[in-house]
Amino acid sequence: MGQAYGIRRRGGHHGAGDGRLRRADDPASEGAAADGRVAGTVTVFAAASLTESFTRIGRDFEAANPGTRVTLNLAGSSALANQINQGAPADVFASAAPKNMATVTEAGNADGTPSVFARNQLVIAVPHGNPDGVTALADLTRPGVKVALCAEQVPCGAAARTTLGAAGVALTPVTLEQDVKGALAKVRLGEVDAALVYRTDARAASADVTGVEFAESARAVNDYPIVALTDAPNPAGARAFVAYVHSAPAQAVLAEAGFQAP
Amino acid sequence: MSRVLDTVAPRRRGRVPAALLIPAGLGLLFLVLPLAGLVLRAPWTTLPQRLTAPGALTALRLSVQTATLATVFCLLLGVPLAWLLARVEFPGRRLVRALVTVPLVLPPVVGGVALLLVFGRRGLLGGWLDATFGVTLPFTTAGVVLAESFVAMPFLVIAVEGALRAADHRYEEAAATLGAGRWTTFTHVTLPLVAPGLAAGAVLCWARALGEFGATITFAGNYPGRTQTMPLAVYLALETDLESAIVLSLVLLVVSVGILVALRDRWMTSA
Repeated sequence: MGQAYGIRRRGGHHGAGDGRLRRADDPASEGAAADGRVAGTVTVFAAASLTESFTRIGRDFEAANPGTRVTLNLAGSSALANQINQGAPADVFASAAPKNMATVTEAGNADGTPSVFARNQLVIAVPHGNPDGVTALADLTRPGVKVALCAEQVPCGAAARTTLGAAGVALTPVTLEQDVKGALAKVRLGEVDAALVYRTDARAASADVTGVEFAESARAVNDYPIVALTDAPNPAGARAFVAYVHSAPAQAVLAEAGFQAP
Repeated sequence: MSRVLDTVAPRRRGRVPAALLIPAGLGLLFLVLPLAGLVLRAPWTTLPQRLTAPGALTALRLSVQTATLATVFCLLLGVPLAWLLARVEFPGRRLVRALVTVPLVLPPVVGGVALLLVFGRRGLLGGWLDATFGVTLPFTTAGVVLAESFVAMPFLVIAVEGALRAADHRYEEAAATLGAGRWTTFTHVTLPLVAPGLAAGAVLCWARALGEFGATITFAGNYPGRTQTMPLAVYLALETDLESAIVLSLVLLVVSVGILVALRDRWMTSA
């Protein structure tokens, strides 16, 4: 949907909020105040599946580093990778898949080696009460059970394909959605009986759906890499944010959202 | 010729003022440059392979079929609706006309969700259709036609209504005095009278249906051969393969421009 195209929650780099800091100390525009502290705006390009957790982590980072402001650009990882390689002014890239991170590193836009900060795996999202009694992947092949998968071109679809292949389950979905939220929406609206989505997405939608864990999902665990970018307008801020995402408080937020530690 | 696509013949009185010419030129560039970008970035060497890839042709065929069916559906319901709005006085007519144009401004994704709430498995009508006839529309080709029609029909209704209002009433009145009923007058006098406007509306409607994305993917989902139209294929190709996405977009561009030109020669030259 529009989400993958649009730039959301994007603050200006030279917004009124940080102008005061820059006048006080010129290097602040580079993100490092005179005493070595981090300052200024940190622009983080993060995968859509990080929406809830990175919103919280961003706020916590601002609280831990007074004078900083985190602006998030949330979209599909491949769209973000394209934007970065086309010269979008980003400080940090957090991707939902190593493949999209590789697009950025191969273009020479990563400052250092990306580090994995979280892992995600698939669950079967079903309506509350699990009316079809789905407990395993094989249950999805029963006649009359309508299933939504993500398209193979997006990470959740690639993971679904790997998982189904490893489990030897031949499944004919009714639709191949363009992202994981689309697949989840079809369950929420009652148009399908089940969808393969990430555990974090099922948890974020826990008001409407239940996530059924299944053994084979361990066969397609998704790594989330993060990296500071070469052309970061705020390199000190970028490095500080990447370090913060690996810290205990940020990892606790990610765990609560359903991510596994790397 | 209908009012909608009508162009006034240029009057050769004095020079064109720069204050109009410059923004006009910029406007034209703004519309044409992105298309030129597509053409320039197209991978011409691998074009034949990408074009004949089975997925591309399947999506193109489905797109043309569904856009055509949607246009037929819109003609069957939209022309009578336009006639009602143009020819019959009834209370609330202005409100009805406003309602007809709502899909024009509604984000298509919202249109798709709205369709699901009515025609979906749990929808107001969809639940009844499923229980009574075992018919479900989401995830079917019929669902694609429905989604495209919802988004495209206002174009047709507005064009035809404009043509009807512009048409001379006296021919219809003459037909009536000669003993023709309202239906005979409609089919033998009114329709031929507004044929160019009808054609223009149908072409606009078809073109809009061909490019429809949001309502389709929301209501009908995405499955190759069944509901994956060209715009959906383009969107997914963008995730992994920019060049394929460009090729698919070019095909869509060529098909729509080709049809618009063909129909223009045939229907719309006599302004």
